[in-house]
Amino acid sequence: MSNARAHRAAWLAAIVVVALGFGIALVKVFNENLVFFYTPTQILGGEVPTGEKTYRLGGMVEVGSVQREADSLKVRFVVSDLNNKVPVEFNGIVPDLFKEGTGVVADGQWDGTTFKASEVLAKHDEDYMPPGVQE
Amino acid sequence: MIALISQFSLALATVLALFGAVAGFAAVRGVYNHNPAVPLLKSIQRNVLLVSGLVSTAFVGLVYSFAISDFSVRNVAENSNLALPVFYKVAASWGSHEGSFLLWVLMFAGWTQAVAWAKFEVSACFKVRVLATLQLVLVGFLLYLLIASNPFEYLYPTPVDGRDLNPLLQDIGMIIHPPLLYMGYVGFAVTFAFAVAGLLEGRFDMTWARWSRPWTNVAWAFLTMGIALGSWWAYRELGWGGWWFWDPVENASLMPWLAGTALIHSLAVSEKRGALRSWTLLLALTTFALSLLGTFLVRSGVLTSVHAFATDPERGVFILALLFLVVGSSYILYALKTGEVGQGGNFKATGRESLLLSNNVLMSAALVAVMLGTLYPLVVEVIGGRKMSVGQPYFEAMFAPILLPAVLLMALGPDSRWRETRLAQYIKPGAVAFAVAVLVLLGAALFNGYFSLLWAVGVVCAVFMAVATLAHAAVATRKAGANIPESGLLYRIRRLSLSYWGMVLAHLGVAVFVVGVSWVKTFETETDSVLKPGETSEIGPWRVTFIGVDSVQRQNHVAALGVFELTRGDGTLIHLLEPEKRRYQSSEQIMTEAAIHSDWFSDVYIGLGDAVQSSENAGAWGVRLYYKPLINLIWWGCALMALGGLLTVFDRRYRPRKNAVAS
Repeated sequence: MSNARAHRAAWLAAIVVVALGFGIALVKVFNENLVFFYTPTQILGGEVPTGEKTYRLGGMVEVGSVQREADSLKVRFVVSDLNNKVPVEFNGIVPDLFKEGTGVVADGQWDGTTFKASEVLAKHDEDYMPPGVQE
Repeated sequence: MIALISQFSLALATVLALFGAVAGFAAVRGVYNHNPAVPLLKSIQRNVLLVSGLVSTAFVGLVYSFAISDFSVRNVAENSNLALPVFYKVAASWGSHEGSFLLWVLMFAGWTQAVAWAKFEVSACFKVRVLATLQLVLVGFLLYLLIASNPFEYLYPTPVDGRDLNPLLQDIGMIIHPPLLYMGYVGFAVTFAFAVAGLLEGRFDMTWARWSRPWTNVAWAFLTMGIALGSWWAYRELGWGGWWFWDPVENASLMPWLAGTALIHSLAVSEKRGALRSWTLLLALTTFALSLLGTFLVRSGVLTSVHAFATDPERGVFILALLFLVVGSSYILYALKTGEVGQGGNFKATGRESLLLSNNVLMSAALVAVMLGTLYPLVVEVIGGRKMSVGQPYFEAMFAPILLPAVLLMALGPDSRWRETRLAQYIKPGAVAFAVAVLVLLGAALFNGYFSLLWAVGVVCAVFMAVATLAHAAVATRKAGANIPESGLLYRIRRLSLSYWGMVLAHLGVAVFVVGVSWVKTFETETDSVLKPGETSEIGPWRVTFIGVDSVQRQNHVAALGVFELTRGDGTLIHLLEPEKRRYQSSEQIMTEAAIHSDWFSDVYIGLGDAVQSSENAGAWGVRLYYKPLINLIWWGCALMALGGLLTVFDRRYRPRKNAVAS
């Protein structure tokens, strides 16, 4: 093999290795960070994963269900997909678009009795409808 | 009446633009660089003037309808309100879907007009092809306006009052953000049209690249400002203290930005060395394609809910069809013609070409990462899979390792030579800059008493690059006047080209941005707490004392106005901060209006939560506090980048010589 061709082959090999490394890292990190949505029905049906990872609950905030605890930021409300209901507990300040009778997405985990939300998500759009409710 | 005239103007503009496109393409077939093209160019230019005049008429008509609250126009009735301050009434013209598309089209017509007027050294035929391409794309979007998204649709019976502009949009950031963003998106259409014209002629020379550059740079500068303003708006207005959420809406604008950044750098190689031509052409097409994709994602409603999109698909399908038509036909043209383009000059791994190429590789990698994270959940949902989203950690994990090497390579850029650089050329300035960067890092770490890996790497890369860039500028300035005795500093600075200074500014902007991001990510703090009047909470070096909440009635909303005292050190009052919780009357929507105190180094950010009252706890409120050190550097960095991009346009190189094709 001539010198120039060897040179070119070496470059090509290096590029392939780097691209492969990038691709593998991409797919790995991507898979680790996929966040899945669940409806109350799926949560009560035991379809949610166990472990450390949080996931998202989507549904409607039941009218008349929002309760604030005095002297703390704790908020309790019920999320429904019109078939089933799940109680949610959140400690923090809820976003502006959080209202009874509208859609909500909460990030957190189901502990068997309550969905402990670590975050109630703000949405850019007030017409947002969570999955399972929009049908 | 006004609405009717406006709508008619749009229809007429469509016909004329179509005529201009067809006539242009038909007439230049077979003629090349031939005299008859000059009168043809003149008539095409007049046609463009007519089209942009008509589109402007329509836009002014829409603004007028909003200003006088003409609720017989559905668009006005749905997005404005009698109580809305007049400032926002005007801005509501582009707050709605229909209006924002009209703005898009207006900008497109404006850019086309600018191309028609601009003097640059290309053949008349080439210019006719560019203008014809632009008008053809314009026809597509005018048709979209007329058929699927009419901003002047008549509403009967005429309501007494309108629904109101979304309170989230009632902010200065949201008024300027869309026009700037669209200026960027649409500006890439010019580069796109240049690429198409180049492909059609099959003659892709350095002139092509040269005259594409100023257009690309301006579009990129606008897009940079548009994205930064969107981020600034989200920071202030969403009440969440974040400045980038990796939301698909944001990613949609980041994708063309990444491609545009790559394009700017590959255009440099194509112009100066004639290399990477095919790749540059592909990037030019892709950047505009991504601008269209961004428009589609944000404006079709597909992001809000794939489902809602599917039940009312007219608009989305129309834009998607346009997207496929424009992108598809240009890619097919590329596939057919790229063989004729040729590859251009050779270069070695140490040459400046390689550095610019690595910029392209890194930008493309970032683009792939963002695209995967943005489109994958959509595609899965469309084909009936599970609803999911991609978490922020993915984007952050991908971006830092892609962008920090880019910053390091930027440090070497100015010292490199075309074709081949002796490594010694990099070593001396590099070593000095690196030493400075490490010293700065150690100093900052001692000062802060805290350390994180991301922060350290970010700061070292940014300072290294900034010092290397400044050092190069200093040396270049000195040398610029070397053979002229007694030359003043200003004279020497002017001897260097504006393109050079634009590059220096934009690169410094990146360094400033990276320092800002590293700092905010590492040192920001946040507390949510319940405060009674008189109570104090601490955040960063600040003490925040809650005074109380007042109720204020304003033109279109009632505000709960929180009053907070900001003190520091020995207790001297620095500032009063007044965050608000607004209730808009027409929509009953609640809006948090954060109060932010910025000094040179940090922001204190107060968001008012809800009243948390109980019998023994009268007047207590939930309060969210943020301390954001150096967050302003993020905006200043973007401003520097945009300024750099704009500066390059005024370079002498882009002023045509006397014998240029005049308009």
